[in-house]
Amino acid sequence: MTIAIDVKKLNFSYKTMPVIDNISFCVKKGEFFVIIGPNGSGKTTLMKTISGIEKFKKGKMNILNKSVKKYSKRMLAKKIAFVPQTVPIDFPFTVTEMVLTGRAPYLGIFGFEGKKDIKIAKDAIAFTEIEHIADRKLNQLSGGERQRAFIARAICQKPQIILLDEPTASLDLAHQIKVMDLMEKLKIEKGITVVMVSHDLNLASMYGDTILLLKKGKIKSIGCPKEVITYDILKKTYNCELYLDTSPMGKFPRITLIPGKYSR
Amino acid sequence: MNKKTPVVLKRMIFISLSFLLLLAGAMLIGLSMGSTKGGFKAIWEFVVSGSADDSVLNAIIWQIRFPRVLVAALVGATLSVGGLIFQAILKNPLAEPYILGISGGSAIGAIIGILIGLSRFPGINIIAFSGSIVTLLLILVMSSGKSTLIKDSLLLSGVMVNAFCSAVIMFLISLTQDFRLHNIMFWLMGDLSSSDLYQAKILMLMLFPCFILIFLYSNTMNLLLLGNELAITMGVNIKAVTMTLLVVTTFMVSAIVSQCGLIGFVGLVTPHLLRLLLGSDHRILVPACILGGSTYMVICDLLARILPAHGEMPVGVITAMIGAPIFIILLKKTKT
Repeated sequence: MTIAIDVKKLNFSYKTMPVIDNISFCVKKGEFFVIIGPNGSGKTTLMKTISGIEKFKKGKMNILNKSVKKYSKRMLAKKIAFVPQTVPIDFPFTVTEMVLTGRAPYLGIFGFEGKKDIKIAKDAIAFTEIEHIADRKLNQLSGGERQRAFIARAICQKPQIILLDEPTASLDLAHQIKVMDLMEKLKIEKGITVVMVSHDLNLASMYGDTILLLKKGKIKSIGCPKEVITYDILKKTYNCELYLDTSPMGKFPRITLIPGKYSR
Repeated sequence: MNKKTPVVLKRMIFISLSFLLLLAGAMLIGLSMGSTKGGFKAIWEFVVSGSADDSVLNAIIWQIRFPRVLVAALVGATLSVGGLIFQAILKNPLAEPYILGISGGSAIGAIIGILIGLSRFPGINIIAFSGSIVTLLLILVMSSGKSTLIKDSLLLSGVMVNAFCSAVIMFLISLTQDFRLHNIMFWLMGDLSSSDLYQAKILMLMLFPCFILIFLYSNTMNLLLLGNELAITMGVNIKAVTMTLLVVTTFMVSAIVSQCGLIGFVGLVTPHLLRLLLGSDHRILVPACILGGSTYMVICDLLARILPAHGEMPVGVITAMIGAPIFIILLKKTKT
């Protein structure tokens, strides 16, 4: 089993406040890796550090067995694609135009796509099943459609790793499942490593191969869903009472919240 | 999807050629019309035989109107593409060099230059550039930080910077008593009447390299519109790109202001119309703004020349009369 992302003793702080506190873990190639944790636990910061948006000062990070510092920005963009939670749409592109921007790291000095790039974009649009909205503008789409369009853009970048920042937040049930299935399909059919930040523990438990639970910038627990999503660990981490059983759908744990029972 | 294959390069070439044709047409009309009649015939004769009978009219066309049309085109191109860049980098559809106060800053510099008796090039240019860089820094300081009010506060601070610049300009003018006063006043409103071929050449020399540089950054600007974070993960060096584009734009705008004065709202009108017409892809918008902005300005200048019964009016009056209402409409539209 090869390693996609190898993080060793990583530290990150905003000014003097540590957000990520000396953590080490690795993401295997081709796995569905979900980062969970309470608000302010450093999930998003961790994701931004992996994607290169935030620069870390202490620690080591290897991407596909090569130190991240040895990559040029363009080279790294060919390996890792990022799907942000929200995107400004003041200047609306059409879906196809936006998906095509995923080819930017591969283009020459004038930045014009060739036939091959257009084919890759079309494939990505077909893969995410958004052909019917390909010519629409971004500001005319629903949240779920927009999210899938941005996943198509990430696929168009032909990465080996895709990072997603809470892709199911504020989506309705059908779109949540569509997005999660899409990521699963990406993992199985294309062998892409999926790393996702999520607040939805049930979805994390349902789809994740490995789950990383963060609290206050430290790793509370890491492992398969059954190992991480346990009553004791969750109660300690989230400070609230919950009921845990096995989902009738399969062998993964299911969380039910109990009203009125939380500390502080 | 299959019908509309986005072959951007082809589309860019086609659109650029169309706009080039439009510009050529506008320039031809600009050369032909004016207070002296008979321009069309003279130009036709010139095209057909290479010389014209009416030597006075010929001199008017080639020594007065030609440089003027050329400078107008350069002004329009610069201000339009300047607006486009400010809008992309500040992610604010209402940003524009004049509204933000960049033009005002270089105007202060230019007036100081005029008052201490510097030559238009390079003396006034350099001081105007310094003035606009100061306002640029002011804008950057005000628009940095993570406040959600950035958009509105940026425009408001632009208004304030502009008000301050106007006050300083008025202060400088009130200190002036002699013949330079009329020059400054007319220049302030945007004046193309003193354009000559030397000025056009200098502007071309300064602006053309900038246009090429900006075009090379056009796909990067597309990425910037998707948000800075996404752009970073696509391999864009945000700081380097932003600073390069802003400084180049400021340089271009100050060059225009120091030669032709304050001409407002062009950077708002053209990018918006073109965006409505052509979409948001900057690889198409940059050449379209350069050529379309030139066309718009040549026409505005023509209006400034032929509308008044006697003499002419500053072209800045025309652009403001068209641009300010459009700004208000856009403001209303983006608020909802």
